[in-house]
Amino acid sequence: MATVEELKLRVRELENELIKCKQKRCPEDAGGSQNYRQRIVKMSAEVVDSNPYSRLMALKRMGIVEDYERIRTFSVAVVGVGGVGSVTAEMLTRCGIGKLILFDYDKVELANMNRLFFQPHQAGLSKVEAAEHTLRSINPDVSFETHNYNITTMDNFTHFMDRISHGGLEEGKPVDLILSCVDNFEARMAINTACNELGQIWMESGVSENAVSGHIQLIIPGETACFACAPPLVVAANIDEKTLKREGVCAASLPTTMGVVAGLLVQNVLKYLLGFGSVSHYLGYNAMQDFFPTMSMKANPQCDDHYCRKQQEEYQRKQAERPKQEVVEEEEEQVVHEDNEWGIELVSEVTEEELKAASGPKPDLPEGITVAYTIPKKENTPDGEMVEETEQSLEDLMAQMKRM
Amino acid sequence: MADEATRKAVSEIPLLKTNSGPRDKELWVQRLREEYLALIKYVENNKSADNDWFRLESNKEGTRWFGKCWYIHDLLKYEFDMEFDIPVTYPATAPEVAIPELDGKTAKMYRGGKICLTDHFKPLWARNVPKFGLAHLMALGLGPWLAVEIPDLIAKGLIQHKEQQNSS
Repeated sequence: MATVEELKLRVRELENELIKCKQKRCPEDAGGSQNYRQRIVKMSAEVVDSNPYSRLMALKRMGIVEDYERIRTFSVAVVGVGGVGSVTAEMLTRCGIGKLILFDYDKVELANMNRLFFQPHQAGLSKVEAAEHTLRSINPDVSFETHNYNITTMDNFTHFMDRISHGGLEEGKPVDLILSCVDNFEARMAINTACNELGQIWMESGVSENAVSGHIQLIIPGETACFACAPPLVVAANIDEKTLKREGVCAASLPTTMGVVAGLLVQNVLKYLLGFGSVSHYLGYNAMQDFFPTMSMKANPQCDDHYCRKQQEEYQRKQAERPKQEVVEEEEEQVVHEDNEWGIELVSEVTEEELKAASGPKPDLPEGITVAYTIPKKENTPDGEMVEETEQSLEDLMAQMKRM
Repeated sequence: MADEATRKAVSEIPLLKTNSGPRDKELWVQRLREEYLALIKYVENNKSADNDWFRLESNKEGTRWFGKCWYIHDLLKYEFDMEFDIPVTYPATAPEVAIPELDGKTAKMYRGGKICLTDHFKPLWARNVPKFGLAHLMALGLGPWLAVEIPDLIAKGLIQHKEQQNSS
């Protein structure tokens, strides 16, 4: 028997569905008394109160962006529609992006209300469903596609790969960019795996569990470091780990930090897609000191992901084919600190040898950025007993385990 | 990182050889065999140490796992259903173990009842790819989590012993 709560939720779901149908049929009277505008076929630069794109098109007149209308030709996939992803999707919607594909398996909860975008009356709805509804009402010119599932499981991952390689504005073409706005390592690694296999450019974003630092990172498979090339990079928060209290909580979050990171991410997306300014390879945000470290890191030839290594070979081959002067420019720089107006110098990490052997080498990183952990060099001699070979088949072993 | 008993138990779990995930066809079968061998050995070790505390089984493909885990507190046995999927990136990333019936009862959980592991677990797992398998996940992830959370949940009255619950 359904409870009152369940029935209320069902009503909300159906209401949402109804609004969506109405919007698709005749956008002008969807949602009853609410004002929904009609679709705009061509972006206009005319400065009138009724033109939602006038301030964006002004970027052209001011010489910032050469061809702003191109924004409508791009398809962007946002994976994770939480504190960062929902705001990211809203910004792109308001900018008039061509198509948005949203992936998330979660539902809106009241515990999300310390973050932006979602509203209390949406509690219980799937995040992608609720987001699509809001975003469509903000800008009906954007095409939306939503997937309410966890991308890290086998079946969903196959579908996810299919959608990013065929979900372009023109069906069948790949998406132009994937944005990772997820909150866990497993999902980032899944996106990384898919993008390395497909050679798909993506941007990663993240906010630390203590909510006071974050980062964005551009990953061009084969060229810049992929997510598996090094242990996860983190922005040093300059908080003594010993004083960080973790009792009784998993993660903290702030609308501010998440909003800042979403802003940095979408700014980088616009610069990348529309070709203005310089696109950051890695940009960190340390909220405690208001410090924004930047760097860029090349792909690791010893990366554990073999598709990453394959993409690197491909990239090297393409580089070799290019005219010679360009090759000279490609000097071996592990870490480039392009902007250093504060005169920040690298402090060499001279740790004790034993400590190093136990923890593994630390990559050379600019101040303010570190790795979540280090991994020692792989040893051939395992420090324990390995599983013994047996004649038993998998079925036998499954049965044996079941009998225990 | 872990107490002496856990360390000892972990050192007695055989290490895995095959670095392969659920997307690799034949190699995954090989990995699965190793997973089962290690799990069987670990359960046998637990039984002989009088510390039997979980059972696990999987679907045919070995991509979805489910089972039971239990914890003895004040001579009473508290038993829970657990489940998890093998992520496509396994063994580079560990599965997220869930105890759905405890969802919402402790802050040390993510949505869906996925247990929140300590900061030590991820680096430890990453340093031991592909040698660590599901048996290690049980010993270093779920085991310590139950040992901390269950007594706390009992003390707060958030979980009750099932028989006591039925009789009352």
